[in-house]
Amino acid sequence: MRRRSVILLGLGGAASAAAFTLGLGAWRSREGVLARQDPRLPLPLSLMDWRLTDHRGNAVSPDDWIGRPAMVFFGFTWCPDVCPTTLLDISDWLEELGSDADDLTVALITVDPERDRPEVLADYLANFDPRITGLTGTSDQVGSAAEGFRVTYQKVPREGEDYTMNHTAGVFLFHRDGRFGGIVDFHEDRRYTIPKIRRMLG
Amino acid sequence: MKTLILAFVLLGAAPAAFACESVSVGGITVQQPWSRVSIGTQRPGVLYLTIRNDGPADDALTAVSTPAAETPMLHETVVSDGIASMPHVMQVPVPAGETVELRPGGYHGMLMGLTGPLEEGATFPVTLTFATAGEITIPVQVLSMRAEGPECDDGQ
Repeated sequence: MRRRSVILLGLGGAASAAAFTLGLGAWRSREGVLARQDPRLPLPLSLMDWRLTDHRGNAVSPDDWIGRPAMVFFGFTWCPDVCPTTLLDISDWLEELGSDADDLTVALITVDPERDRPEVLADYLANFDPRITGLTGTSDQVGSAAEGFRVTYQKVPREGEDYTMNHTAGVFLFHRDGRFGGIVDFHEDRRYTIPKIRRMLG
Repeated sequence: MKTLILAFVLLGAAPAAFACESVSVGGITVQQPWSRVSIGTQRPGVLYLTIRNDGPADDALTAVSTPAAETPMLHETVVSDGIASMPHVMQVPVPAGETVELRPGGYHGMLMGLTGPLEEGATFPVTLTFATAGEITIPVQVLSMRAEGPECDDGQ
């Protein structure tokens, strides 16, 4: 009786091992990853599909970031409070990390491509840590990027022609291999942030 | 004489620090008003300050006006379900005995339609209207783009 259970267990084990091996291909495929993906969290960079232009005029796509850890957030330069605050926080983190962060890709993706053209981003970012890159594109291009990061944004009209943008506020972290590594929330305590970033850098 | 020289040395050593203004009317004290340098006049400027209510009754900041901007407004940055929005607020409550801050990431004055660029080191006046205390006018220091709080030389 006991012996039979052992055999059955053994067979079961072999079957699961085979299933595991067979399943591994699907597991690693784009569809497999997408199926298991929490719809609220950013995709791995390797599965994102977008193309943007940086504030120096260079084309950038997610593949360009793989191989280095990355820190990405969405915002716009017409916002007087959240975006300078986030940029200042990031500048402070970079300063604290020093040369350890030289390897890190740091990018602001605008949710307001209408006003934030590359030269406008360049002008604005000149006030912050030079390691921060600004990215913009057509509204469709920004839309594709937002989709990959599971970011939402919305134009909110104000008096006259003026408008502001509501948008996802967190800072996304990615491992060297492009896997999503976590979010730094807007009001998060800085004591937890630096170790979180260091884990991406290691 | 020595003291005089020392005073000059101290002044010279802290060129970026200001004596942060503080103005009281009734039980309301407004202090440490600051803003950030603007890039031109197209983007809205920002206004941060601290309000203390030492009076016995609740009050509220209901309006802000300044010659520095055509449409100064009160806003609050709200992050809900990870989405940041910046709704216009009709008033900022200042309960009796409490201190309320307009600071990065929370309540702030939004200076729409700047009448001129805000230059680092300059000051501009703002008039705050309170429901009970009435009007308080105070000069606002324009700090660098990288300022994250008031920079006062009295250690506040």
